[in-house]
Amino acid sequence: MNAIDVHGLVKRFGDKTVVDHVTMSVAEGEIVGFLGPNGSGKTTTIRIMCGLLTPDEGEGTVLGFNIRTESLRIKREVGYMTQKFSFYEDLTIGENLEFVARLYQLKPVGEYVARTLEELGLTSRRNQLAGTLSGGWKQRLALAACIMHKPKLLLLDEPTAGVDPKARREFWDEIHRLASGGLTVLVSTHYMDEAERCHRISYISYGKMLATGTVAEVVKNAGLTTFVVQGPQLAKVAEELQGRPGVDQVAPFGATLHVVGSDGKKLEAALADVEKEHKGVTVAPGETSLEDVFIQFMSGSKDNMA
Amino acid sequence: MNSIFSFARLGALLIKEFIQMRRDRITFAMMLGVPLLQLVLFGFAINNDPKGLPTALVAMSNDQYTRAMVSALQVTGYYRFDHVTESAEEAEFLMARGDVSFVVTIPADFASRVERGDNPQILIEADATDPSAASGAISTLSTVASQALLRAQGMQAAAAEDARQQLQVVVHQRYNPEGISQYNIVPGLLGVILQMTMVMMTAMALTRETERGTMENLLAMPSSPAEIMLGKVLPFLVVGAVQVAVVLVAAKLLFDIPFVGSLTLLLSSVLVFVLSLVLLGYTISTMARSQMQAMQLTFFFFLPSLLLSGFMFPYRGMPGWAQALGEIFPLTHFLRITRAVMLKGADFHAIAAEIGWLVVFVLVFAGTALLRFRRTLD
Repeated sequence: MNAIDVHGLVKRFGDKTVVDHVTMSVAEGEIVGFLGPNGSGKTTTIRIMCGLLTPDEGEGTVLGFNIRTESLRIKREVGYMTQKFSFYEDLTIGENLEFVARLYQLKPVGEYVARTLEELGLTSRRNQLAGTLSGGWKQRLALAACIMHKPKLLLLDEPTAGVDPKARREFWDEIHRLASGGLTVLVSTHYMDEAERCHRISYISYGKMLATGTVAEVVKNAGLTTFVVQGPQLAKVAEELQGRPGVDQVAPFGATLHVVGSDGKKLEAALADVEKEHKGVTVAPGETSLEDVFIQFMSGSKDNMA
Repeated sequence: MNSIFSFARLGALLIKEFIQMRRDRITFAMMLGVPLLQLVLFGFAINNDPKGLPTALVAMSNDQYTRAMVSALQVTGYYRFDHVTESAEEAEFLMARGDVSFVVTIPADFASRVERGDNPQILIEADATDPSAASGAISTLSTVASQALLRAQGMQAAAAEDARQQLQVVVHQRYNPEGISQYNIVPGLLGVILQMTMVMMTAMALTRETERGTMENLLAMPSSPAEIMLGKVLPFLVVGAVQVAVVLVAAKLLFDIPFVGSLTLLLSSVLVFVLSLVLLGYTISTMARSQMQAMQLTFFFFLPSLLLSGFMFPYRGMPGWAQALGEIFPLTHFLRITRAVMLKGADFHAIAAEIGWLVVFVLVFAGTALLRFRRTLD
């Protein structure tokens, strides 16, 4: 049984279709990255999955429970970490955890809270107001609070936004440790390095699911060709390359230019011209990155928010 | 180019403000609607010289003098004889319940005393819990009554000559003989203070969660709408209990308000009243999208209930439609209960109908709140 199995999900707000026939399945124990630009419908899709929103169309199950009729059962078994810190800033760390433990009817409350505080290394700060915590600590507290009831599925909505690299690394180590224990994780993110830490990724843009698979599969299926351009006066070269047939993306990476196109032959021809016109400029085949693929997706899909 | 002040920048800001104002429909509606509504409502509703006050007549006989007296009192416009009885106890009960403001008693020997020229008396008992309500009616009494009697006698050739005899109108101000308006205001304040704080505090309850983003988390965790509602509402019952204690002690110590009724009865009514208030506040918080809106909605409710409930102005002074409107505020019914229990010593039987109203409010508000509560973020 898949932990998540939804198909044809549609959600409209007014005349905007925020989620447009999204189909998704996540196997048990899998870590799936959910990627897409801002406003692409990631949060809405996640909210539908945990029963916070009812879809206008589409069906599906989460942990075997119907998302339309059994949202209360889903809420018990799912840990949902919201994008914005949504615990009580005017309660202490300990009080927040006690509140959550009581809502999930975890007994004895004191034991659960004490163990969670211990794992977090927050025992000495349990009487500190949650609002006074730094971003990284808030995120750790939120994660701890939503795994305290031992959920089978974790839905994490941009959990590492605004968190420093070390805390992010530790966060992901924790996610992998939980997944190896059988927990299924769906995590939305903007960061490419985080996407590469997932077993599989799904890319959504303006409500439509554009790609799904392992990172290598997504990159390969995108069918992009990439060249790396080196030499003097790259800014001028970049300007000339923009708009030539076959050139879809030109992005400076340090002392090199990343040139990406979906039509390999046209791209090669365009680059050959540039190589001839500019002395000292060399062109070499490069590796297409996940980021290149996403930029391609983003410029290719119509913005329905405008 | 002026760096300190520019009309263009001011214009930009004004336009932005007006756009925001237009987007915020509730605020916009209230900014226009509230002053208009209140002007219309209170302009017509408030009357410090109420007329047509319900009166019970205790008439022991049906002779021409009695009839003359009754019709004269009716002609003043202050008295409206709704109840005619021969039983003084029944009249007493009607007044304790607040059904009548006056009891006019015309004794059985009234006619014979008039004819004998032997100082006839009539007794008028006024419900003085709200002193201003009865004052106009009382002040017109003696002249009107004497003239009526003289006119009635004028038709009687035999008695007409003895015009010097004096009619005695005995006025009893009941429950508050000295006409101390604090006796009226302080028990009322109990209701007003409770209403102000209870409704406003609970009206913030859900909107605060929504504004701080904690609502999403609360909804994602297992908790039912009824649990959330009671979880928000019950803590305020405790706050209300503290307020009741403070007001009652202050009433005794500072204002020396007599407390003649049953404390248990009053406290049980207070419980129902506070419950209706917190549920009303919670209903408001299911409608408002921000704390600001919740505050505005609270005031929208607060002012008319203050003015139409009989707290500030005599309830009976208002025209029928305004009185009917007053009935939809829990405060109206609670004021009747506190005044009846504290000042008149009313028993449960006398205030059962008012308590019944409060129970209805509790059920209606709780039902509305639960129906309106969204379990999802849709």
